[in-house]
Amino acid sequence: MAVSPHIVNPNPSIPILQVSELSAVFSNGQQGLQALDRVTFSVYTEEFICVLGPSGSGKSTLLRILAGLLPLTTGELFYCGQPLTGPQGDIGVVFQKSNLMPWRTVLENITLPLELRRVPRAEALRQAQEMVELVGLTGFETTLPRDLSGGMAQRVAIARALIHDPRVLLLDEPFGSLDALTRERMGSELLRIWQHRRKTVIMVTHSISEALFLADRVLVLSRRPGQLRLDLPVDLPRPRQEQMRYTPAFGELARQLRSTIEDATEIL
Amino acid sequence: MDMTGSKHKNNYPSHPSRIRIGGFWWIVFSLAAGLVLWELIIWLANPPVFLLPPPGLVGRRFWEVASNGILLRHIFYTLIEILAGMALGVSAASAIGYLLAKSPTVERLLSPYVVASQAIPIVAIAPLLVIWFGPGLISKILICALIVFFPVLINTIVGLRGVPEDLHDLMRSLLATPQQTFWLLEVPAALPVFLGGLRVGATLAVIGAVVGEFVGADRGLGFLVNLARGQYDTALVFVAILTLVILALSMYGIVALLERRLLAWQQRKEQDILQQ
Repeated sequence: MAVSPHIVNPNPSIPILQVSELSAVFSNGQQGLQALDRVTFSVYTEEFICVLGPSGSGKSTLLRILAGLLPLTTGELFYCGQPLTGPQGDIGVVFQKSNLMPWRTVLENITLPLELRRVPRAEALRQAQEMVELVGLTGFETTLPRDLSGGMAQRVAIARALIHDPRVLLLDEPFGSLDALTRERMGSELLRIWQHRRKTVIMVTHSISEALFLADRVLVLSRRPGQLRLDLPVDLPRPRQEQMRYTPAFGELARQLRSTIEDATEIL
Repeated sequence: MDMTGSKHKNNYPSHPSRIRIGGFWWIVFSLAAGLVLWELIIWLANPPVFLLPPPGLVGRRFWEVASNGILLRHIFYTLIEILAGMALGVSAASAIGYLLAKSPTVERLLSPYVVASQAIPIVAIAPLLVIWFGPGLISKILICALIVFFPVLINTIVGLRGVPEDLHDLMRSLLATPQQTFWLLEVPAALPVFLGGLRVGATLAVIGAVVGEFVGADRGLGFLVNLARGQYDTALVFVAILTLVILALSMYGIVALLERRLLAWQQRKEQDILQQ
C-alpha cells in the first residue's frame, strides 16, 4: 500500500461529508436522551473543521456518528456522496484518551491499522517508521505506552490514525488532557502534519483559541440537545503562526465565538 | 475470583497483590528454622513416632520411596490427573466464559447454572463422580476440571469485560474482523486477569486430585496419604504431603513464569509500585 501524499475526492465539488437534519436520541432508561438536534453542515475535501460547544453538547456524539461508530436517529449522512452506515476503513479516529494498546510498543501501536489490512510486516514497519519521524517520536520506537507522556501518547495515536492514509481524520478533544503549552505545541504539530498530508480534518475541542488557530471553519453546537448555532469561516492566512493569536482579527473572531458559546450554554 | 482487582490509571487490572517472598537465603534460613523447631518439639515433648515422626525419619522414608520408584509412580499418576483435569477445566471455562461475556442471552441462560455450580461443594460430589465414573483416572480428571472451572470462568469474564470500550471502537473504526479483534485485542487485554484465574486454578487442581484419590483410588499421592495413615506410617504421610506441597508450588510457579513471560509489558509497573 503506497502512501500517496495527496488524496483527491473523486469530485471535489461534492462535499466529502454531508450532514443534513441529523438528530441523535439515545435510550436512557425509560426516556430518550436527545444528544443532537437537526444538525446540518457540509465538509469539503482538505478542510480543517473544528467543533466547539459547551460540555454535554453532543460534540463527541457527532464525531462518533461521523466515524460510523454510532447510529444516527433521523436525518441523513453522506460520505463522498454515499450514505454512511458504518465504520469506513478510510476515516481515521483519534480518541479523547490516546487509547493505545498498553502491551504494544510505539511502533507496534502505529502498525496496527496496517496489520489489520494484512500489509506485510516489513512494509508496515517501514511506513510506521516514517510516521514516527513525522510525529517526532524518533528514538521511542520500542517504548511501551506507560512510559510515554500524555503528549507523546497522543502523537502515537495521531500517527496510528494516519498510517493507513485515511481521507478524513476525526479527532475527539485529542489534546484535552494536556497542559496549555504542550497543547499549543501539539496544535502546531497537527497543522504541520495536516499541511504535509492534506487530510480533511474534523476536530472536537473546547478551546476557542485552539479552534481558531487550526480551523478553516468553526462549528458551534449548543447545549443538549445540540443544535448548530454557528458555522464560522476563519479567514486567517495560512500558514498560521503563534503570533497570530495576539492579532486584532484573531481577537475579534474569538470574541464572536465566545459570545455564541455563552448564548448556547444558557438553558433554554 | 480475582478478588484483589486493584485498578491502575488506565484501568488495566494488574497482578493481584501477592505475599512477597524474600531472597533465596531468607527462604533457606526460614526453612532451617522450621526444622530446628520441629526437632526441638521432638526433643522436648518426645511424642510417639506415629504422632510426630522426627525430621530424620521423614527424610529416610522419603529417600526409600524415592529410590525404589514408588513415590515417582504416585507423583506421575497424580500429575496426569491434574494436567488432564486442568486442560479440560480451563478450555471449557474459557470457552463458556467467552460466550457469557459476549452474549447477554447466553449469560441469562447459563448464569443460574454457573452460580449453582459454585454452590456445590466439589468435595461432596466427589463420591458421586467416583460412583459414576469408577475409581480410575476419569473421575479424578473430572473433579480437577470442576474445581478449576469456576475461577477460570469468572476471570475470563472479568478479563473480557475489562477490555476498554474505546479500544473496541478503535478496532471497529479500522474494520477489524471478529477474529482480528479476538486475537489482537481481547486475548492480550484479558490475559492478565485470565492468568490470575489460572494461577488460582493450578493450586486448586492439586486439591481436586487429592480429594478424588481420598474417595477412591489405588494410586496417586492422595491415595498414598490414605494408605500410610492406615498403616500408622506417619513418616510416609509426611512424605506424601511434602511432595504434594512441592507439586502445588511447582504448578503455581509454572503459571507465575508464564505470566512473567506473557505480561512483560506490565512487569516494570509492578516493580515501580513496590518501590514507591
